[in-house]
Amino acid sequence: MKYFPLLWATLWRKKARTIFTLLSMIVAFLLFGILETVDYAFAHPSNGTNGADKLVTTNKYSITLSLPFSYTQQIRSVPGVAEVTWMSWFGGYYQESKNFIFALPMDTDTYFNLHKDEFIVSAAHMQAFRNTRTGALVSSALLKKFGWKVGDKVPLHSTIWTQKKDASLDWTFDIVGIFDAKDPTQASQQAQTLLFHYDLFDEGRSFGKGTVGWFEERVDDPTQSAAISTKIDALFANSSNETKTQPAKEFALAFIKQLGDIGFVLRAILGAVFFTLLFLTGNTMMQSVRERIPELAVLKTIGFGDGTVLGLVLGESLLLCLIAAVIGLGLSYLALPIIRLGLQGVELSPSALIPGFGAAVLLALIVGTPPALRAMRLNIVDALADKR
Amino acid sequence: MSEAIVSLRNVDKRYIRGKQSVEVLQGLSLDIAKGEFVALMGPSGSGKTTLLNLIGGLDNATAGEITVAGERLDKLGSGALARWRARHVGFVFQFYNLMPMLTAQRNVELPLLLTNLSGAQRKANALAALTLVGIADRAKHKPNELSGGQAQRVAIARALVADPTLLVCDEPTGDLDRKSADEVLHLLQILNRDHGKTIVMVTHDPKAAEFASRQLHMDKGALLEAGTLAA
Repeated sequence: MKYFPLLWATLWRKKARTIFTLLSMIVAFLLFGILETVDYAFAHPSNGTNGADKLVTTNKYSITLSLPFSYTQQIRSVPGVAEVTWMSWFGGYYQESKNFIFALPMDTDTYFNLHKDEFIVSAAHMQAFRNTRTGALVSSALLKKFGWKVGDKVPLHSTIWTQKKDASLDWTFDIVGIFDAKDPTQASQQAQTLLFHYDLFDEGRSFGKGTVGWFEERVDDPTQSAAISTKIDALFANSSNETKTQPAKEFALAFIKQLGDIGFVLRAILGAVFFTLLFLTGNTMMQSVRERIPELAVLKTIGFGDGTVLGLVLGESLLLCLIAAVIGLGLSYLALPIIRLGLQGVELSPSALIPGFGAAVLLALIVGTPPALRAMRLNIVDALADKR
Repeated sequence: MSEAIVSLRNVDKRYIRGKQSVEVLQGLSLDIAKGEFVALMGPSGSGKTTLLNLIGGLDNATAGEITVAGERLDKLGSGALARWRARHVGFVFQFYNLMPMLTAQRNVELPLLLTNLSGAQRKANALAALTLVGIADRAKHKPNELSGGQAQRVAIARALVADPTLLVCDEPTGDLDRKSADEVLHLLQILNRDHGKTIVMVTHDPKAAEFASRQLHMDKGALLEAGTLAA
């Protein structure tokens, strides 16, 4: 601790360079923190009790492959299954592809029975939805986002489903109601959601009739989920459409992962970030030590041992990296609510930021060791020869 | 004469420069008594600074014995030598060699970081040393806010603060105007005369050498007159 004022003063010896280096590192650690958090979320699905009684059944080989609607009754017959509902991926957006909407064709009775007590929908809006074949229930966040109101007709463009009547990819819905998630922690997951009738979807599409994207089940006893999953999948073993049943949360992650190997992509970016940090910080440290050769020689002259000089340079490297890590990772912690908005179904944990501090220490050691060794091995006489 | 605090016997120093071996000191013997103020003079390349480096424990002799403050320096490893320097030697350089990012007080505190003194004690000792060299009012100033003479006083305070046995000064006035140089030399003289500090000073300046109690002249790696003390 007694060396801290020396370390601190040394760090700010070239203020501009330290500030610019720190800013670059802070941005890198911010990115590191965000990516690490997302990577962690994918690698560690939440084990919370919320949704523990929900299972999802998809095609065994890919969630992009559909399943026969006829499976509904067989799944419902499995002991312990309280309710079954079905849905498909619509892949819709509003006006522009950047306006992604999680438009979900669903069966009203079974869907709301399965998700009972999870939504706030007024009775009038629910009735209107039931009565309107082209009706849509929209999350209040989505309504607000696009400035829609109840009674509006909204065209959505599907990236998959053409209509039987005119081969158009554009589907028009009547907004008849608004819903909100009862659980505030689920609000962000529902923020992009628009619900519409499966019957309209199934009858209107030009292909895939009689199939569903996936089934969702609610079980009576969450502790039996694994056994029930096995039973469901056993029903369709060796059929042309084998199934894979898994907890709903794992399915949500798998759904996002269909975009690609998210973990690999994230780790690749993290690796690139770390590598950039290595060069950036390494260059700064090398330059800093190079400039201070005479000063380090003076320290050794007045009695600082080789180990102390080594420790001082490593300490400076550690200080630089930890300052950047604390600020960068702190900012990424503050950014978690924003990331949550963009990643429905993914639960982000601040504990995922902890490896960032480990990375900072590792980084400090890697970039600090070469200049620290150079400083340690410094020959006093040679170093002072240029400046006595 | 009193006991030698610096004793060199048949010291050789050779440097290897590329494929050439350069003989800098040859068979040099020298005694410096406790409380002496010795000026080492001689032309460039005569080996003054090399000799000073050996006495200060910054370099090792190729051959011979070097005893300073009762310790055989040629027997010490680099770690022990560093600890020995911290305890026994204060260094003053031509270009002051202060840490530019530290205040005068923090610069003076540097050698005390190697002791077990508390922060408050280090600060008090540093201020005492600055007071001794007459520059306590500039304690909070950084080196670039000081004149050459003031910076050299800070450097002397840093050299003194750990109460070393020996002060080793390499051209301490080489970068100063006459007035500042005389002030610094006068200060060294006071430290020698009133505080009993043994000082070895390398200088080109005959006027600076006049402040010393003994002048030694070197040429081509050897002392021009006998450097050993009378028995």
